[in-house]
Amino acid sequence: MTTTRIIEIECQRFNPQTDSEPHFQSYQVPFSEEMSVLQGLQYIKDHLDGSLTFRWSCRMAICGSCGSMVNGVPQLSCHTFLRDYFPDKVRIEPLNHFPVLRDLAIDQTDFLAKLESVKPYLIPDTEKTPAQGTYLQTPQQMDEYYQYSECINCLLCYAACPQYGLNKEFTGPAALALLHRYNADSRDAGSAERMEVINGENGVWGCTLVSYCSEVCPKGVDPARAINQNKINSTKDYFLRFLQPRGGK
Amino acid sequence: MIRRSNKPVFWSLFGAGGMVSALIGPMLVFVTGIAVPLGFLLPHDALRYERMLALAHNPAGKLALAVVISLFLFHGCHRFYHCLHDFGIHVTAGMKAACHGFAAAGTALAVYLLLVIGF
Amino acid sequence: MPAPNLLNRYTRPMEGWWRRNPFYLWYMLREASCVFIIAYALVLLCGLYRLSQGEAAFNGWLAALATPRSIAFHGITAMMVLYHAWTWFKVMPKTLPFIHIGGKRMPDAAIVTSGLAAAVVLSALLFVLVWSGRS
Ligand code: SF4
Ligand code: FES
Repeated sequence: MTTTRIIEIECQRFNPQTDSEPHFQSYQVPFSEEMSVLQGLQYIKDHLDGSLTFRWSCRMAICGSCGSMVNGVPQLSCHTFLRDYFPDKVRIEPLNHFPVLRDLAIDQTDFLAKLESVKPYLIPDTEKTPAQGTYLQTPQQMDEYYQYSECINCLLCYAACPQYGLNKEFTGPAALALLHRYNADSRDAGSAERMEVINGENGVWGCTLVSYCSEVCPKGVDPARAINQNKINSTKDYFLRFLQPRGGK
Repeated sequence: MIRRSNKPVFWSLFGAGGMVSALIGPMLVFVTGIAVPLGFLLPHDALRYERMLALAHNPAGKLALAVVISLFLFHGCHRFYHCLHDFGIHVTAGMKAACHGFAAAGTALAVYLLLVIGF
Repeated sequence: MPAPNLLNRYTRPMEGWWRRNPFYLWYMLREASCVFIIAYALVLLCGLYRLSQGEAAFNGWLAALATPRSIAFHGITAMMVLYHAWTWFKVMPKTLPFIHIGGKRMPDAAIVTSGLAAAVVLSALLFVLVWSGRS
């Protein structure tokens, strides 16, 4: 039998129609050993206050929609457990650095534009027809990009990144990690097109290696690494272009 | 078209300075600023005039002194304007130029002094 | 009643962001080391200037280094540069491409350890070099 205990969950509330600033509201939530923070929020919505707004879908750290600040730390709320906070209270806020639409729901429009800017898809040199067979890759070639392909676009890394908070033009951790995911793929030939984003002031050069993004990423993507590997690539690109023939790419 | 950043130049200097200061910085500060002045672990005269003059006369010594002073300055000044940005201060192109200019001036002075000291 | 503004957004201001999380405080400490590195470079530059002026001037610089204020400054500087060095090697794996040896990726810990080991060896060499010149 699981025992039921009561934990205090403090949620940030913001109603765009009536509020100019958010405020906090506390709820007493009964919970059992296996209940996640997300389940705590669902309990509130189902039994205490139907107006609480938050996003979720998969409940298993795959869809990336349930990110929020849990006691000041960016977390997937489905991947964080109430038992680890009890007997203290849990304070839940929307992800830092994003505009808040309502309660815990943030506006990701800016990220989506950035994601698009890095061309997050394979740009092969010559497209193979199915008759020509599959693209072959060695385990080492796969290792070059695999961890970066694990990103679920949960935006915890953006909430962790003060450089994004200070400068919204910065392309940011996940988008740059996904940029590198394709550049590092042996099947891709699009790096020249993506280099422009890397080389700009708001590409990899917007990063000061705080590296908290890599700390909070629930998928082990290590975006700080993708970005800083590309500082070297951008530096090479900067100096080597002088050695190349005029008009060369 | 996104404009290319000139960071690669200054980041390379920042990185080189960061590496040199990480490798020998703590020991250098300890030797010149603590151990020798206090005569702790090292004798007072380890940095005596003739010895330091010989170091500054020697081409390799000259290079080492110039590299340490210059790279420490470029490293520090580059990080310094990022610090200003982190504190919410808007860093203008002029402020960046002033930071890098300060490091460049320090480098020029070091090179000048090493030439004045002679071979 | 005014028409509800559904596009109203709230964005949290960044003021004092570094106090929100201890991780940021450590980061700011690392960044603050730059002030001490600049100051130390200026101390050395000053020494070089005094050296160019002759023995008496240089001895004056040495005497200034032995004042309690100078010792205190260098004590703090040594700690800050040490912290800089530690963080420098700790993040070093993030700045390097993957290194594959015999089909296996070199573990981060190995990169960090080799950086720290290089620092220890070079620092020991520097110490011996200074020590060997005692009269
Ligand atoms: S890099 Fe990690 S933290 Fe950032 S969006 Fe992707 S999965 Fe989330
Ligand atoms: S609900 Fe899908 S990641 Fe948490």
